[in-house]
Amino acid sequence: MLNTDLNLAAPDDVYEALVALHRDLTPEQSRLVNAKLILLLANHVGDAEVLRQAMAKARAGIAPAGRDGTRPVTA
Amino acid sequence: MDGSAARQTDYQALVLDYVRSPDQDAARPVRHPVIVVGAGPVGLTAAIDLAQQGVPVVLLDEDDRLSTGSRAICFAKRTLEIWDRLGCGERMVETGVTWNLGKVFFRDEPVYSFNLLPEAGHRRPAFVNLQQYYAEGFLLERARALPHIDLRWKNRVTGLEAGPEGVALTIETPEGEYRLACDWLVAADGARSPIRKAMGLESRGQSFRDRFLIADIRLEAEAAAAFPTERWFWFDPPFHPNQSVLLHKQPDGVWRIDFQLGWEADPVAERQPERVIPRIQALLGREARFTLEWVSIYTFACLRMERFRHGRVLFAGDAAHGVSPFGARGANSGVQDAENLAWKLRLVLAGQAPETLLDSYDAERVLAADENILNSTRSTDFITPKNEASRAFRDATLALARDCGFARSLVNSGRLSLPSTYRDSPLNTPDTDTFAGPMVPGAPAADAPVRRGGEAGWFLAQLGGGFTGTYFSDGGALPPALLDALRSLALGPVPVQPLVVAPPGLPPAAMPGLTILEDSEGLLARRYDARPGSFYLLRPDQHVAGRWRHVAPALVQAALARAIGQDGGTAC
Ligand SMILES: Cc1cc2nc3c(=O)[nH]c(=O)nc-3n(C[C@H](O)[C@H](O)[C@H](O)COP(=O)(O)OP(=O)(O)OC[C@H]3O[C@@H](n4cnc5c(N)ncnc54)[C@H](O)[C@@H]3O)c2cc1C
Repeated sequence: MLNTDLNLAAPDDVYEALVALHRDLTPEQSRLVNAKLILLLANHVGDAEVLRQAMAKARAGIAPAGRDGTRPVTA
Repeated sequence: MDGSAARQTDYQALVLDYVRSPDQDAARPVRHPVIVVGAGPVGLTAAIDLAQQGVPVVLLDEDDRLSTGSRAICFAKRTLEIWDRLGCGERMVETGVTWNLGKVFFRDEPVYSFNLLPEAGHRRPAFVNLQQYYAEGFLLERARALPHIDLRWKNRVTGLEAGPEGVALTIETPEGEYRLACDWLVAADGARSPIRKAMGLESRGQSFRDRFLIADIRLEAEAAAAFPTERWFWFDPPFHPNQSVLLHKQPDGVWRIDFQLGWEADPVAERQPERVIPRIQALLGREARFTLEWVSIYTFACLRMERFRHGRVLFAGDAAHGVSPFGARGANSGVQDAENLAWKLRLVLAGQAPETLLDSYDAERVLAADENILNSTRSTDFITPKNEASRAFRDATLALARDCGFARSLVNSGRLSLPSTYRDSPLNTPDTDTFAGPMVPGAPAADAPVRRGGEAGWFLAQLGGGFTGTYFSDGGALPPALLDALRSLALGPVPVQPLVVAPPGLPPAAMPGLTILEDSEGLLARRYDARPGSFYLLRPDQHVAGRWRHVAPALVQAALARAIGQDGGTAC
């Protein structure tokens, strides 16, 4: 089960560290750093079910307004 | 036959003569039990498998040439095992370039390597690389050696009427049109499948917005010496920044190079030698001496038909499904379609199995296609990120791969073809006893070294064309009741060939009417998690139908009935 209650001893410190991580980065560099961070944490968490719950939580309430590079084909 | 003789035939130049068939002069359309349309790797495999089992086959192809251009090169272990059963695996391996190792580079550093066959005790390697025209040429020669195959080149199917009782075809030849009829039609007519179109059916999926330059080059020995017989894949190498490159060796000093170009690349301009040669020189060095064999620009898609069986028409290979080539899953999966279908068609034609057995072809191979599409889509997503976020995850994975073990496992340059396990197939008899390991009902049989009559051989080579019952003994004499039970398996209308396996080192006593194999290195029992008394029922396509810790004839008969689609009934 994904824990959505407070689990950090010093939440403000962690939040600040997350923001500070990106202070001198371009958006593209930030995206890369975030992606690395997510991969490292995902592997550390290890539980695919918890990760799925976290992904669903992260996506919830966001109405899709983009699309990716694949296209449907019919042959 | 040996490889040097094979090389005397230039399979790329071979012209296959149109020969008039007496069917073209018949007053009424001649009816055949099975017609296979398309003599690509899949149609040829299907035709050989059927003919080898005694089913007469007409094989039609619109062309008079084998495969041209850059197509399949990586043929997987399972495909080689199937072709072994069909009598032409050895030539493929002799001529092909054997490899098991893959290396992945990020920029100019190696980040990941994989061994696709880390254990010994298998007859066939993980892969051989072989130009598709060789594979087709060797299949063709095998087909020609079989009395039951009627091969007709320059026979193009232009019309078709499929009904509940059979299929009628209109065929165009250099000497005009004629008509044929058949009980069953195997549509192995490739990605554009005119038969699929004629029946108003579709294959659906997704295409990837990317272009690849695929060059087959002939490289002089000195330049080639720098590259071992491994699959090398680069992400963002200095010689082709921001894109990926794949380098792979084929027979005759030919190398396959794939350059990712991106969606914006001009497919016409990029094919010109003045564009291609500098790209290759950037990889090999300016002094490398090579000639261009084939150059093409490809885009890739993953798609499949909703169902592969439509009454009396059975779709197989690229006609039924398509994948991007990064897992080498196209021809390899099509060959598995063919072998899945052949024994089922044979039993249905012989009246030994209900027509509904063919629905299991659909169920099993649709599942396999989904597995192949899933793997190939994941690889393509990694190689061709779909959006900025997926690009960020890809680049993050590659950057972390240098010093984080977990990230190396995420690097995906192609998860290469493995046969599917038909885990939930209706033909399986679910386990009632406890076994460990991968040889679950529905799994393709693993190979292992065995000795038969003192001679070293391989387990898979002992499995004939039908069902096999493998009994693992303790090496001692079998009780008479068990001997009778095993022998009686061979006597039913759908015979089960009994094999008795004895542990290593114990020269097994002869048992009249039974084949005895020595498990020479103990690997067979280990791979099947077998103990004395264990019994495996294997299908004609060498997938596990059922297994028990203690064999009882009634259990085997019930499993056999189930495996031939006689649900709840018996085979006798
Ligand atoms: C660049 C590239 C690399 C690849 N690499 C690999 C790889 O490494 N490993 C792998 O397994 N796969 C690979 N593939 C895929 C592989 O080439 C195909 O999956 C394979 O050829 C499919 O075989 P098939 O017999 O289904 O169809 P095809 O080979 O397309 O054969 C279809 C046949 O049907 C005939 N035909 C068509 N219409 C008619 C008609 N109306 N009447 C009569 N005959 C007709 C055609 O003449 C043709 O001979 C690769 C493909 C590409 C493009």
